[in-house]
Amino acid sequence: MSWFKRVSEGITTKTKEKKATPDGLWDKCPRCKTITPHKELIESKFVCPTCDYHYKIGSKEYFEVLFDDNKFKELDANLTSGDPLGFVDTKSYKSRIDESIKKSGLKDACRTAVGKSNGRKIVIACMDFGFIGGSMGSVVGEKISRAIDYARENRHPMIIISKSGGARMMEAAFSLMQMAKTSAKLALLDKEKIPYISVLTDPTTGGITASFAMLGDFNIAEPEALIGFAGPRVIKETIGKDLPKGFQSSEFLLEHGFVDLIVHRINLKEKISKLLSMVWDD
Amino acid sequence: MYFDFEKPIQELDEQLEKAKETHDKGKIDMMDMINSLVKKIDETKKEIYGNLSGWQRVQISRHQDRPYALDYINAMAPDFIEIHGDRNVKDDKAMIGGFGSIDGQAFMFIGQQKGRNTKERQYRNFGMPNPEGYRKALRLMKLAEKFNRPIVTLIDTPGASPGLEAEERGQGEAIAKNLMEMAVLKVPIICIVIGEGASGGALGIGVGDKVLMMENTWYSVISPESCSSILWRTWDYKEKAADALKLTANDMLKNGLIDGIISEPLGGAHTDIEKAVSSVKKEIKKQYKLLKDKTVDDLINERIEKFSNMGVVNEDVAEH
Repeated sequence: MSWFKRVSEGITTKTKEKKATPDGLWDKCPRCKTITPHKELIESKFVCPTCDYHYKIGSKEYFEVLFDDNKFKELDANLTSGDPLGFVDTKSYKSRIDESIKKSGLKDACRTAVGKSNGRKIVIACMDFGFIGGSMGSVVGEKISRAIDYARENRHPMIIISKSGGARMMEAAFSLMQMAKTSAKLALLDKEKIPYISVLTDPTTGGITASFAMLGDFNIAEPEALIGFAGPRVIKETIGKDLPKGFQSSEFLLEHGFVDLIVHRINLKEKISKLLSMVWDD
Repeated sequence: MYFDFEKPIQELDEQLEKAKETHDKGKIDMMDMINSLVKKIDETKKEIYGNLSGWQRVQISRHQDRPYALDYINAMAPDFIEIHGDRNVKDDKAMIGGFGSIDGQAFMFIGQQKGRNTKERQYRNFGMPNPEGYRKALRLMKLAEKFNRPIVTLIDTPGASPGLEAEERGQGEAIAKNLMEMAVLKVPIICIVIGEGASGGALGIGVGDKVLMMENTWYSVISPESCSSILWRTWDYKEKAADALKLTANDMLKNGLIDGIISEPLGGAHTDIEKAVSSVKKEIKKQYKLLKDKTVDDLINERIEKFSNMGVVNEDVAEH
């Protein structure tokens, strides 16, 4: 009569203990459910010490991972989204933006900054998935474009960390043109022979993959990230079959020749630093 | 074939047909009736086509009799020589290209190609290129650059192909590469949306010095159907989505995202293909004239500048 007993894992934390845990001090791994003290998680670069799951983190954490002593100067921090089309679906775009700003504490889905990483000045643009799925509208496109300009004018290597579902629908063709804009800026950076490293994290899809994320001199992926052009659901519906295991994963892209290397987050700073030292004299 | 919104025209057409029949039998003189019907049809057409909604334009842009890339190219440049393959994987039938001349000036023509019947549609993969299509397009553009010939791209795609092989061969990378390379290509590029301009699949051959849309086409980040399915979780809001996306030529021009509109014959390009071709040809000649004497630096700088200025952001200086 095993169904009367709880055989499989379930709620193991006592209610008493749960109540005693203040928010933000502990993190629970979404994959293996291991609970890690937040301090320890910072040390492990937001990777689960038990199962190596790379937590979905944002610009705040990536800056912490890559900039020396978490010191940096943020660029264009004051840009916020307009509503060029007066877009309304089930709710208005404007209210979506206001809600996201309130909820995430961010102004849009990307932050850009300049600072030192292993002593070398670099510019980082990092997307924030927590803000409308990391989608790219005018602000994301503009911030990334300006960051690339800054890198070109000051001759600093450029890093873009992608984490996004794609272009932002609520700015329609304005969003689409950000793909052309950011790619054009990268063409100018390329002409100056300044290195650009693209870091692809979970997830990187749609218009992001079809623009700056795939244009790195080096394309680095975090392990087991979803990376692709069309979303898995769309492909599944199109071909009418289940997708093969591991399809559109970092490892799949490495196998097919579209990323140069997969790097565990704990080694990310070191690997970027080493790569740059091979090709770049400050 | 009539669209729903063409019902009034259909009814008048049928009345006209009957009147003509009666007249031809010779018993009753119907000329007055016929003349007034012809006049009324013309007025009704002007009224209907002068006030088309976004969704109605989307429907016209997909009309099965609408001229496709090769129809335009073969008519404008009868000496067109098609060039095949990406020199890597295969020849993508959804992306065509080659050299041809208009009034003595050679152009590199590139475009997405749709098919007209079931067999052709499958052969052309519904105008949805795979990565090798974008790579073929880039190869041809580089060829044009090498021989200093201007490029004309004709955009007509429901999107880049979504599929296993497309992902395996790097659909995203192929499009991204084109965006970057087209930005700094050393020859004039004229892009014309002749039908559907869906998202990255369209933009992959859409970075140009002059980007134009024909009157009854659409260009956006997503199709109205997919937009509806994502935001409303059903396909039923496609008309609303088409309005919200501001995807018509008029809206795109108003928002500064394209450089001009090519007008179509009343009722759409399919009603008078010869006239549509001649408008496109005239426009290509006109635009090329504006571009041909620019220095390479000016051309590239102005092209990048144009795309750099696209976007609407609020910049609160006070907070800085």
